[in-house]
Amino acid sequence: MNPADLRYDKEHEWVRVEGDTAVIGISDFAQDQLGEVVYVDLPSVGDVLAVGETFGEIESVKSVSELFAPVSGTVVEVNDELDSAPESINSDAYGAGWMVKIKLADPAELDGLMSSVEYDAFVANEA
Amino acid sequence: MTEGLLRTPLYEEHLALGARMVPFAGFEMPVQYAGIIDEHRAVRTSAGVFDVCHMAEFRVFGFEAFDALQGLVTNDLHKIDEMSKAVYTVMCDEAGGIIDDLIVYHTGDLEYLIIANASNRAVDAEWIAAHLPEGVEFVDESDRTGLIALQGPEAVRIITELAGEEPPARFHIAEARLDESIPVLLARTGYTGEDGVEIVCAATDAAAVWRLLLSFAEVSPCGLGARDTLRLEMGYPLHGTDMDRSIDPISAGLSWVVSMKKADFIGRDVLAAIKEAGPERKLVGLNVSEGVPRHGYPVLHDGVEVGTVASGTFSPNLEHGIATAYVPSALAEPGTCLEITARRKNVSATVVRPPFVTHTSLSA
Repeated sequence: MNPADLRYDKEHEWVRVEGDTAVIGISDFAQDQLGEVVYVDLPSVGDVLAVGETFGEIESVKSVSELFAPVSGTVVEVNDELDSAPESINSDAYGAGWMVKIKLADPAELDGLMSSVEYDAFVANEA
Repeated sequence: MTEGLLRTPLYEEHLALGARMVPFAGFEMPVQYAGIIDEHRAVRTSAGVFDVCHMAEFRVFGFEAFDALQGLVTNDLHKIDEMSKAVYTVMCDEAGGIIDDLIVYHTGDLEYLIIANASNRAVDAEWIAAHLPEGVEFVDESDRTGLIALQGPEAVRIITELAGEEPPARFHIAEARLDESIPVLLARTGYTGEDGVEIVCAATDAAAVWRLLLSFAEVSPCGLGARDTLRLEMGYPLHGTDMDRSIDPISAGLSWVVSMKKADFIGRDVLAAIKEAGPERKLVGLNVSEGVPRHGYPVLHDGVEVGTVASGTFSPNLEHGIATAYVPSALAEPGTCLEITARRKNVSATVVRPPFVTHTSLSA
């Protein structure tokens, strides 16, 4: 169910590696747990994030959750479309719902993330 | 998580509909089915049905029932002298603190039905029973009573079809039979700002009523999530969040349910003094520029904390955050600019007089 070409962390973020850049979003499981997303607070281009650091917030009608950087690096692009269409995170968590692109500071950090198979098992335990 | 929680007669219906269940007021309740925003919009544009069987129903009757209740609640029950009428009120303690908010229905000769919040059932029952004179009967009928709300611009047409006659007028209650078989009371009341009814029935009939309503394609099942966004858009206070025993109804913006014309009632002296002097703090509405305000977020004026958010949510109709908060009366004027500390940053919040949403099937 979770795309095999992505890596995942325990905070339910996903990472798609494109060269030296990591595209980051939240998983389908996470969006389902949150419910309809109504607001996303994202960092700015140029912000430097350390792995595990809070880089934003995501709000549904009922709850608010922090977003944690799954890898370290510098923000090179932010999905501004989410300002006007945060519901993309619900409808297309792995596509239009992407949040930020980070220039990887240390590609070795990717080894600490889960494969889709590992993440499927992780989610099965949480559900 | 579900240990020790009660279930309404509709529990199995919720599971069958794929509801997400959460603990609320000691019950396992549906918070959403399709999604809060879709359900909210269904109620604003068509019709939604809510399981409110968890709420408390008390019956009070006897020759002195009127006088006894008149002494217990703040509103003037002469407004419901005529049988079948209903009135919204609060019930206060001697210090003017709000024990609960209630709707009192004049259901029969010398007889009243009270619908109260589920979370206050035990406290209300004890308080009311303790203040009734001998000869006035008090029966807690909550366990054997079902309550289902049908709300929205299509609600009256649908219930008319099911009952074979128009439901009673706004803030009235009347007997009816649904589908020519199920005996119910139809109360033209609600908590959404839309027209509609609250259907009182035997708990054993609740599932049948629920299914009848959902047999209409225009009706969506709605959970507590949408119930909260709908009521907050109207500025309807929620006991336990917008008011409690530490708060009086004048400060809570409920002066209109406190009648100083009637003789003594519990809390009258304190409330008269507050009304005379003006409350120190008032519950205000806030339109919020970004993010979603939540219960407990600090409210600031010129950088100084002046209150906290009572209720906060995202308004599906307005598509921005809305909140209520207690602030000093000097800052309660509509248009006053405040700020809310939403976790890591401050966002601007403008005082408004609720309702936040003004065009509904009730206002039309």
